[in-house]
Amino acid sequence: MTLVLNRIDDRLIHGQVVVGWGQPLDVRFIVLVDDTVAGSDWEQELYRMGVPPEMEVRFHSADDAVHHLDAYRAQAEPGILVTGDIATMRKLVASAGVREVNVGGIHHRAGRVQHLRYVFLTAAEQESLRELASLGAVVTAQDVPAARAVPLEELLTSREVA
Amino acid sequence: MSEGAPEVKRALVAGHADFAAGLLSAVEMISGRGGVLIPIQVTGLCGGDIEALLKRTLEEHGVRVIFTDLQAGSCTMAARRVQREVAGVVLVAGANLPMLLDFVLSRDDDVVAAAMSAADKGRGSVNVFGGPA
Repeated sequence: MTLVLNRIDDRLIHGQVVVGWGQPLDVRFIVLVDDTVAGSDWEQELYRMGVPPEMEVRFHSADDAVHHLDAYRAQAEPGILVTGDIATMRKLVASAGVREVNVGGIHHRAGRVQHLRYVFLTAAEQESLRELASLGAVVTAQDVPAARAVPLEELLTSREVA
Repeated sequence: MSEGAPEVKRALVAGHADFAAGLLSAVEMISGRGGVLIPIQVTGLCGGDIEALLKRTLEEHGVRVIFTDLQAGSCTMAARRVQREVAGVVLVAGANLPMLLDFVLSRDDDVVAAAMSAADKGRGSVNVFGGPA
């Protein structure tokens, strides 16, 4: 097995990740790539608290993660990679071989437009997602496994009214 | 409490989708005491906004108890962050209907003690009947 999901989710580790994806995929580890969390023992403990004992969580800054993803892909058991923003995932696409990107949750913030129930983007973030694709990644939006994977262009042209 | 008087709020209930509204509806139907709970809906909010919403609602109502659904859920994570900033906040993760009923029907003026008792009630209220022959 390998990293079975490379997810952008501003909530990082939460119910959809641990239960929604984690249980059906039998996920045994989560790689959380976030500069703030990587620098805070308290934040790391908070996220560890949220996962069941059989699931391990590894923390890396974006720069550090680039050097570890090959090893995670070589693991025998399935894992999930999570970043909290597009910029962090961009670094992993450009420098660490990530080829499939799941947009799992980018939530409301001033200046963002709602595309799906769980995806809100600024114009700059739309361009950033296009850039991931231009770097060779297949980008889709999908919050949970039972939902349809929405292709990037459909995501960017979709509009949803809250 | 006299009829028509506003009920004093005693706790927030927060969780995925309509979890809070659904539980409060059931609490109200069974006990008539759903009004002491404040439902929190977080669909579409990022973690920081959930934290801000919880903190603001606690302050507005002078409440110090939060019930959430999943231990791994965003509301629980946000509530843990609120606890770091606001002293005396009690978080009970894994809320269920028996737990909330125990809480709203508690005569204990100490809401923290009531929350502890409710947590015990909720923990002990799961039973399995039947099974493989």
